[in-house]
Amino acid sequence: MNKHNQLDYLDELEAEAIHILREVAGQFERPALLFSGGKDSITLVRLAEKAFRPGKFPFPLVHIDTGHNFIETIEYRDAMVKRLGERLIVGNVQDSIDQGKVVEQKGKNASRNALQTVTLLDTIAEHKFDACIGGARRDEEKARSKERIFSVRDEFGQWDPKRQRPELWNIYNGKIHKGENVRVFPISNWTELDVWNYIRREKIELPSIYFAHERDTIVRNGQLMAASPVLNMDKDDIIERRTVRFRTVGDMTCTAAVASDAFLIDDIINEISESKISERGARMDDKVSEAAMEDRKKGGYF
Amino acid sequence: MDILKFITAGSVDDGKSTLIGRLLYDSDSILADQLEALHSSNRKNDDGSIDLAILTDGLKAEREQGITIDVAYKYFQTEKRKFIIADTPGHIQYTRNMVTGASNANLAIILIDARKGVIEQTIRHSFLVALLGIEQVVVCINKMDMVDYSEDVYNNILKDYNTLAGKVGLKNVHPIPVSALKGDNIVNNSSNMSWYKGESLLHFLETIDVSVDNSTEHARLPIQWVIRPQTDELHDYRGYAGRVSSGSFKVNDKVTVLPSGFKSTITKIELLDKEPEEALAGMSVTVHLKDEIDISRGDLLVNSSYQPEVSQLIEADLCWMDTRALDTSHTYFIQHNSKVTRCKIQETLYKVNINTLEKEQSDDFRLNDIGRIIIKTADPLAFDRYQDNKANGGAIIIDSRTNVTVGAVMLRNVAD
Repeated sequence: MNKHNQLDYLDELEAEAIHILREVAGQFERPALLFSGGKDSITLVRLAEKAFRPGKFPFPLVHIDTGHNFIETIEYRDAMVKRLGERLIVGNVQDSIDQGKVVEQKGKNASRNALQTVTLLDTIAEHKFDACIGGARRDEEKARSKERIFSVRDEFGQWDPKRQRPELWNIYNGKIHKGENVRVFPISNWTELDVWNYIRREKIELPSIYFAHERDTIVRNGQLMAASPVLNMDKDDIIERRTVRFRTVGDMTCTAAVASDAFLIDDIINEISESKISERGARMDDKVSEAAMEDRKKGGYF
Repeated sequence: MDILKFITAGSVDDGKSTLIGRLLYDSDSILADQLEALHSSNRKNDDGSIDLAILTDGLKAEREQGITIDVAYKYFQTEKRKFIIADTPGHIQYTRNMVTGASNANLAIILIDARKGVIEQTIRHSFLVALLGIEQVVVCINKMDMVDYSEDVYNNILKDYNTLAGKVGLKNVHPIPVSALKGDNIVNNSSNMSWYKGESLLHFLETIDVSVDNSTEHARLPIQWVIRPQTDELHDYRGYAGRVSSGSFKVNDKVTVLPSGFKSTITKIELLDKEPEEALAGMSVTVHLKDEIDISRGDLLVNSSYQPEVSQLIEADLCWMDTRALDTSHTYFIQHNSKVTRCKIQETLYKVNINTLEKEQSDDFRLNDIGRIIIKTADPLAFDRYQDNKANGGAIIIDSRTNVTVGAVMLRNVAD
């Protein structure tokens, strides 16, 4: 073996993420892994297996379910939990609506995406989670590009970009006061392409909607949306069957599809390598204003 | 393909954001929707071309004030390498942010405005790069277009810079004359400076060797977590999980656990379903030992033949990072790898004026102050000299009242 052998980039990113997950286990009393059913959190689950097997995960998986998820995502989630033998906690946005804590949006572009922040904060409070592991990446968006790997949130879940702790070397300071919690982002330094290359290398199974399939769609604000009962549609919306796939897996009301013939993971990697639109460009929730993500994060959004 | 992590030191006035924007733009790392935002912005250069600095803008507050407050991470890749840029602010009030960004970098780009030459901030940035032990330094002498691409101007600045590099102890200095605004010597060699025979910036970044030291002398594994499934079939399973911070371990290596001093032998190295023969620097692994000895989080596993220092009284360099000044009577926490223990700053030896490099006697350490101290810890730390082994020589100070990280510490040697 070469004495000066730099790790391959995927091995290095993997090792960094495993190190971060083990720091969470070592530093916190009641951590949780926020699982969305998307490829990034699926990658986190794989990394957690590498960090803790043959032991159990030192945290449950937590899913904030808007009730408007793709059915494929929920099926995938349940099968995965069964295979892993780990604990799943579901926080339902519907419960928050029923309790009157949030009000469902009205109109054509109504989405439950913004409502899930309340359900997330309630779930954190109910289970007294002191650390929540998430799959956010710094290449996604410019507010995220400045966020720490251990990101401290106050009692109200708020992120204060001006008061971030210095984070040096690979030493993570997880000390917090009661009521505060930390959001931890083990794949901060991965790009979208890195995640896909890792999924290919590790042969990780994904929900089918990531791959090209036929689906009824409508065009809304210049983007392809899945036609479904949860989308407020009217007679102006023309339903058309198209071959599409999804680049992110979120709430059906705010996750746009792209026309695609990428049926296999190699096709997807080629598509992304050549693609001229970034991943969050397919998220309508970021388009509201230039500072949309920064404002949502300050309010406790994931 | 490997990863190069670098920081860019300089201020907005030196064209730092433009330089980063140029690297991203010219290496085709900007996606269509970002490009659209770029073109639709009403910020333009004087000649009407797009302002590449917009690409590195982050937070609202920063856009309003036209400054960089915090470290922003940018990612791009070419066919040869993946790059992570820590874009750090250059003003003196953000020294702590530069130290933060520098702590994880293998290379630093120091920007000099060709019209100004070596100035106060160049001294400061070079000192910090040396203090944080960044191995490779690229000195980009920027805005060459504003000095008629003059070789004489470039050579004069270089002479000044080499004097400075000697003074602060920087070894691997690579100068490149560039214009970030016009794209000279960024991706391709510029025809405007045919007198320059070196590489373009991107070509240099793609090819510079930043490999890590995998020699057994520095074999260090901080234990983060002990895996004990305690199931029927895995009743006796005990795996010690951690990330090799430096050097390498092999099966059958004789190892010592610090600070306890217990000795054993590695019987197996695991990574999920794989059993690599060797754990190299940077790898996260689980190791198994021959003997059942007491090991827990915070312990350090080392090769028995090459042991680090173990002490409770350590001389170190300190960068203070909090608005509340250092209090030598207060008990802080120190975090070194996975180990946390209480500590006091027992003595302050001197402070460095980072603009002039003059030392002064003072125990008044305020935000962004840097100097030499003696630290006393409740439990002993097993450490290496930071300048020899960054991975096992860096530590942070945490204020027990606020839980905030208030200091960065570069451990040097056992204090007498």
